[in-house]
Amino acid sequence: MKTTYREAMRAAMRDAMQRDERVFLMGEDVGRYGGGFAVSLGLLEEFGPQRVRDTPLSEAGFVGAGIGAALGGMRPIVEVMTVNFSLLALDQIVNNAATLLHMSGGQFNVPLVIRMTTGGGRQLAAQHSHSLEGWLAHIPGLRILAPATLEDARGMLWTALEDPDPVLIFEHGSLYNVAGELADDAGPVDIDRAAVRRTGADVSIITYGGTLPMVLAAADSLAAEGIDAEVVDLRTLRPLDDVAILATVAKTHRAVVVDEGWRSGSLSAEVSARITESAFYDLDAPVARVCSEEVPVPYAKHLEEAALPSVARVVSATRATVGAGEPVAGHA
Amino acid sequence: MTPPMTAEERTALIAARPDQARGLLRQMLRVRRLEERCVELYSASKIRGFLHVYIGEEAVAAGVMSALRPDDAVVATYREHGHALLRGVPATAIMAEMFGHVEGCCRGRGGSMHLFDADTRFYGGNAIVAGGLPLAVGLALADRMLGRDRVTACFFGEGAMAEGEFHESLNLAALWDLPVLFCCENNLYAMGTALERSESQTDLALKAASYEVASWAVDGMDVLAVEESARRAVEAVRSGGGPHFLEFRTYRFRAHSMFDPERYREKAEVEHWMERDPIASLRAELEASGHLDADDWASITREVDAEVDAAVEFAESGTLEPVADLARHVRSERSTA
Repeated sequence: MKTTYREAMRAAMRDAMQRDERVFLMGEDVGRYGGGFAVSLGLLEEFGPQRVRDTPLSEAGFVGAGIGAALGGMRPIVEVMTVNFSLLALDQIVNNAATLLHMSGGQFNVPLVIRMTTGGGRQLAAQHSHSLEGWLAHIPGLRILAPATLEDARGMLWTALEDPDPVLIFEHGSLYNVAGELADDAGPVDIDRAAVRRTGADVSIITYGGTLPMVLAAADSLAAEGIDAEVVDLRTLRPLDDVAILATVAKTHRAVVVDEGWRSGSLSAEVSARITESAFYDLDAPVARVCSEEVPVPYAKHLEEAALPSVARVVSATRATVGAGEPVAGHA
Repeated sequence: MTPPMTAEERTALIAARPDQARGLLRQMLRVRRLEERCVELYSASKIRGFLHVYIGEEAVAAGVMSALRPDDAVVATYREHGHALLRGVPATAIMAEMFGHVEGCCRGRGGSMHLFDADTRFYGGNAIVAGGLPLAVGLALADRMLGRDRVTACFFGEGAMAEGEFHESLNLAALWDLPVLFCCENNLYAMGTALERSESQTDLALKAASYEVASWAVDGMDVLAVEESARRAVEAVRSGGGPHFLEFRTYRFRAHSMFDPERYREKAEVEHWMERDPIASLRAELEASGHLDADDWASITREVDAEVDAAVEFAESGTLEPVADLARHVRSERSTA
């Protein structure tokens, strides 16, 4: 069937609430408004105000309430409108959700799913364009997911709800309108492994979330130049699928990591470090990275484009990694 | 404050339920003696990290815990040894936890500030001021959604009332009519910052009432007043009366932690409050009214000392979790699909 990322995510929530009475959704404007990004549109009418709960603008309060409700036997899906607002709830996420199981010596697990939008590219300026999933992937006790495809938008949520521990799902804002075909029987998918989205022999481009479509476009462009790129979608940012990362590097001997986060202390830094720690002698070239420029994301379109990863920057970094020069004018 | 009992009402209350009054005295003494031993053991380097003792404030936990049912939930702060003990967590498991031993209630992973116990629905042990309030709201939300008539009692200090999480939690609990009993332990100092230096409105019950939460101030040095107000509030919360807020006016006799030179308050002030010691006061009252004699007191102290001795002995003979298990309990050990 023809669907969109937004509809696939909505179908996942509807399916979860139908399957398990303990599942409910809460967050700002998830009910009457239909969700800040219209993901939950229609769910209030279908499931009622007990299970689709509009909250006040109290990120720490309702994220913490989600943790408490999970401790109390429910299976909450907490929607934080964007990662930017989640900064107001970091205490609950980092100090409680991530630590309770361990601090309690294994007594209190927190079966909570937090969904939030991430990323830039829509001229929303500095405070609405953060890509901070790499920060949260730093925290032991959390599982971090970044669905980049329709299958993952449809399938990751249920598996996350079955996890006895907290799971954060980052949905890149640029993906909601992505349309495509999804199998009628599409259902839960694993949340452990990375996926090879395009096979290739010359170089591995490793990415996740909102930059996956960009990287696939770059790979097509590179193919026209005779560079055969393999594209790996990390899918799960914590724990990282080291096996898949090392396997693709062992195959192509070259890696480019594409991450919309800032380069310093980023998820791309972690991936790059793991490759150099564990596959140094497989490498034929230094690991390259394409990240955001180290500035707060600006509003003006030309400046925002210059700040974020782009097809051109991915293509350029990949060419350099395989030792190909920039094509001369008229060529490729 | 809640209407103070008249002298006659008080005498009648004790005369009607002398066992209960003696029981509360005993519960407070259990906390006092456990805490005194913790201080000694800290000085002896058996307990490390931060240690915050509850000496002086025992009436609050003793009174509130006696009003709760076993299936209710408790959320507490980093000054929670007394709450854990009176909720029913064994003294042995509490002491072993502070020794960092695997026999502790959290296998030595939490320590003094993070006592947890599933059996008694004791949800910590939170070292971030006000961090436990949203959890309490969520626990109550789960009870509401699952149709259970349980109450969640949430303890916090008056310092928490300057935090955003306090306001968000009271608002949410009131908005959704959730069964939470908010128990503010107003000991007048947020670490070293006096109430009037941190709150524009120092009438804390008034502040809470602005969220349409039924709120009262209670003499937190009087365990009978605490028990009475907590029992009424718990009944109201349980019967669908929505969240309630009790401000217990109390005082911490000892330093904030083991690293506090107490530059922020006068010795005279501490001495003044120590004259209202909740244990000495109730003991004197019971003795004067003929409900406690020297033998009774000797018997209570003997039992309490024996319990604390046994806890220390248990902790001393505890064992260390193998370092090979370091990474356990970061994620659950059940398979995840």
